[in-house]
Amino acid sequence: MRTVNTYIGSPVERVEDYRFLRGEGQYVGDLVREGQWHAAFVRSPVGHGVIRNIDCSAALAWPGVKAVLTAADIEGEIPKIPFRRPNPTIGPYAQPIIASGKVRYFGEPVAVILAESAEIAEDALAAIVLDIEQLPAAIDRQTCMSDKVVLFDHPGSNIATVFHANKGEVDAAFAAADVTVRGQFSTQRQTALPMETRGLLAEWDPKSNHLTVYGAAKLPFFNRKTMADLMGLPETAVDYIEVDVGGGFGARGEFYPEDFLVAFAARKFHKPIRWIEDRREHLTAIGHSREAECDVELAFSKDGTLLGMRGDLFVNVGAYVRPNGMTPVRNAAQFMSGPYRIPAIHLQAHAYVSNKTPAGTYRGPGRYEGSFFIERLMDLGAARLGMDRLALRRRNLVTDAEMPYPLAPVLPSDGRAETNCDSGDYRVCFDKCLEEFGWAQKAEFDGKLIDGRYHGLGIACFIEGGASGPSETARMEIEADGSVAVYAGSSAIGQGLETVLSQIAADALEISIDRIKLYHGSTTYLKEGWGSYGSRATVMGGSAVIDAATKLLEAFKVAAASRLKLDPSELTIVDGVARAKDGRSVPFDEVASMEIKADGRFDNWKPTYSYGTSAVHLAVDPGTGHVDVIDYTIVDDVGRIINPLTLHGQVTGAVVQGFGSAFSEELVYDADGTLLVGSLADYLIPVATDYPHVHCVSMESFPSPINPLGAKGAGEGGIISVGGAVANAVASALRDFGVQPSRMPLNPQRVWELIQDGKKALAST
Amino acid sequence: MKLPDFDYHSPTSLDEAITLMATPNARVLAGGQSLLPIMAFRLAAPSALVDLRKIKGLDKIEITQDAIHLGPMVRWRDVERHEGLAAALPLLTQAMEHVAHYQIRNRGTVGGSLAHADPAAEFPGIAVTCDARIHLAGANGKRVVAAGDLFVGPLETCLQDGEIITSIELPRWPQARRWAFEEFSQRRGDFALAGIALFYDLDGERRAQNVHIGVIGATDRPRRLPGAEAALNGQALSDEVIAKACAAACAEVDPPTDIHGSAEYRRSLVGTLLQRALVKASS
Repeated sequence: MRTVNTYIGSPVERVEDYRFLRGEGQYVGDLVREGQWHAAFVRSPVGHGVIRNIDCSAALAWPGVKAVLTAADIEGEIPKIPFRRPNPTIGPYAQPIIASGKVRYFGEPVAVILAESAEIAEDALAAIVLDIEQLPAAIDRQTCMSDKVVLFDHPGSNIATVFHANKGEVDAAFAAADVTVRGQFSTQRQTALPMETRGLLAEWDPKSNHLTVYGAAKLPFFNRKTMADLMGLPETAVDYIEVDVGGGFGARGEFYPEDFLVAFAARKFHKPIRWIEDRREHLTAIGHSREAECDVELAFSKDGTLLGMRGDLFVNVGAYVRPNGMTPVRNAAQFMSGPYRIPAIHLQAHAYVSNKTPAGTYRGPGRYEGSFFIERLMDLGAARLGMDRLALRRRNLVTDAEMPYPLAPVLPSDGRAETNCDSGDYRVCFDKCLEEFGWAQKAEFDGKLIDGRYHGLGIACFIEGGASGPSETARMEIEADGSVAVYAGSSAIGQGLETVLSQIAADALEISIDRIKLYHGSTTYLKEGWGSYGSRATVMGGSAVIDAATKLLEAFKVAAASRLKLDPSELTIVDGVARAKDGRSVPFDEVASMEIKADGRFDNWKPTYSYGTSAVHLAVDPGTGHVDVIDYTIVDDVGRIINPLTLHGQVTGAVVQGFGSAFSEELVYDADGTLLVGSLADYLIPVATDYPHVHCVSMESFPSPINPLGAKGAGEGGIISVGGAVANAVASALRDFGVQPSRMPLNPQRVWELIQDGKKALAST
Repeated sequence: MKLPDFDYHSPTSLDEAITLMATPNARVLAGGQSLLPIMAFRLAAPSALVDLRKIKGLDKIEITQDAIHLGPMVRWRDVERHEGLAAALPLLTQAMEHVAHYQIRNRGTVGGSLAHADPAAEFPGIAVTCDARIHLAGANGKRVVAAGDLFVGPLETCLQDGEIITSIELPRWPQARRWAFEEFSQRRGDFALAGIALFYDLDGERRAQNVHIGVIGATDRPRRLPGAEAALNGQALSDEVIAKACAAACAEVDPPTDIHGSAEYRRSLVGTLLQRALVKASS
């Protein structure tokens, strides 16, 4: 006899791995259609300019080239990509699906070449003659925000939106403060860099007027609606099919110009069109993120109690506002207070456009940036107060008694202005982290020069929003062999969705996990669905699966009862078998022909908030500026752990991604708006051997009260606090030189420069 | 990032290869770890690739009384695992630790590295530091050039059209020679931001003689540092002498600035790495 909840909480090995480890994964690049054409994009070679002419004649004459599309081939006004999170001011900044008249960033699509092979399409790129009159580019904040170079004549300003996060009486808080601390900090432009670049295969069936797009990820249902609207088709005439996806991290799976153009070509020419993005174009075309600066101030009473926070944030969102381009900006304003109790807040977050690749989300959007800012200020505040930085943090962490704890509402609202932290005692993870890390023992190394390297400890705390609304759906059907097909609206982007939802379904149905067949991510399975973003799939998708399971078991009970001519209340269900007291029984497979199925749904606008603390011990080589991470410990509370293996993998991966943010990744532009980063030899992501010592501990002390699982979005949290923890540790290590890092990344050259600047300052005093 | 169209040849003799290399805009393929990415980026579009892999004997490592002879198709892994080389030229074996990643070391070759002439590559730096002689063959016959004369600028050599590197000759070392290799890159296996290869001999009074210092990564091509060498020749290595040599090295390099490092930072790295290399060599 099975017991309830065998799978949830168990380290169930990923069911996906069986397929992947045998090389049986099917990515969009593996799909081949008879007679397919290949697309290659002609992209703007300049950051800002007026398109005078596009001469395609030589490319059209190229052997194997079938067609070339430019803006002139789009009838009527060039469609713009709609927003997922609209607000009143961003309308004019939406991205057109192809450049016409003007180009506004290096890499903006200006034409599409269609050819019989990808190689030929790429060869023909060189044959397109672009006549673009280059304009001065707006690259840095000063140029952009002063409107010296304006990207859009209407409305004539580069400021797309200013968000306000307001709470309490901030002026009064500062007037009453004993100590204030102010700082200017910045994080650098990055991208999420999924290992699989984007790709699409679009097929148009002229007989049924139906478009099928393969390569869906993240948001199949929203993208279907967008595509249908832009093409003037009913939603039912479009399907998005998900195949295996090699990572998303917030960037892959949003609606991009290429999505439309590939489908448009398929419809225009009645040919399957395939496009696989290469790495170089990926760096110029996929959403960038994280280019943020701040000038922010904290107010404390002399015992270290936080009284208020005020200041300005500035986010470079690139040339256009993409569907989720405002998410990092509003998030930075709302979540900068992090896990700390701050009764009065006034932050203004300015989103400005520039001649750079349009921005979107990257894992921990706005949260990573805000966490770095406030965690640096907390260390500076502790120094100013003459207080231990651990004691200062612990005093201000939100406690269980204060739940639900309201964060500062953000206006203009995109429908989600207000939010509350749902559950937890933020001191619990903090204390556990210090213990797991061994802070007390390691403290003796802090700030010491040992064998030529300066050692330092750093700490940072975080909250992670998850379970993004509004809804998720699932359907279950009993199959002829007694297994259960589970159709989920959530999508798999490499996070282990099949495993986790199978665990939840098996427990909810009280059957063995190998009787669950999970289908997900494609619009063909369900009428309505949402996808995977904002750490939502486990909580939202899992809760919808539970709802479907409850209903399926009821339907099964009714069916079995009618077969046995009993009342459903006289049956109990164990392991997929309905049993009567008289010993008769009906298993799942016997009623399969009766088409037993159930639709499940979970509606919820309230986010979950996982939280945690990370601590780092590192060593700085003063000669090279190289930083070696000796130990990194993160402790989080995720409400309820569904699968400790996948959770551990997600958190570890997020931390290591965070090291990329903290130490090496940067998308550098020159003054004309040319992206100088063209390959993975330039964009330095962490490799497997770089950071061997990451220690993750997850707790489930405070389940979330807002979903039946008690689970919270998790994994993403690992990235949020890395920048703050690392920068604080570098400051601590280099205290002899008075080093206070304010700009990321802390690559070897920057650390070396900080030391040189510190030495110069010491010499001059 | 697909390769442009090109012809492919895999001759079985050097003569055949030399004949094929007479094709206008033909390039030698010797491992392809740099050439193929460059072609994929469309920074090079040779009409033909002449692959040397089927020519017997080009991957030989020969250690004679006077010299070490490396065939152009000797791969990094062959160097790494060759016991005789580790004893005969430990500086070279040590430098291999910094050459990219093992997948690349399984394919990349010494000849390919010299011909590609990346200023940040290790082997060209070793060749220059160790007074290697590069044997070339082409339609106009054979010639030998000193490694120091081979490199003209970034990705630029004095090789003439159609010329093939046929052998690399490195002089043998005295047993007691002092040496060190130091390199810094942001991640292990990345291109060097700066690197130092050096050796010297000690005379009867423990003074440095015959000092050879080569720099990579921080200059437009691998080169020796004569100022630093002069500061050390005839001196016993004290902290003070080392400091002088490092100052001389910093003064005589003219590093480029790019997105990976400023000239000032690279210049400082040269001093730091030279100091570390000298301390290591002398201890």
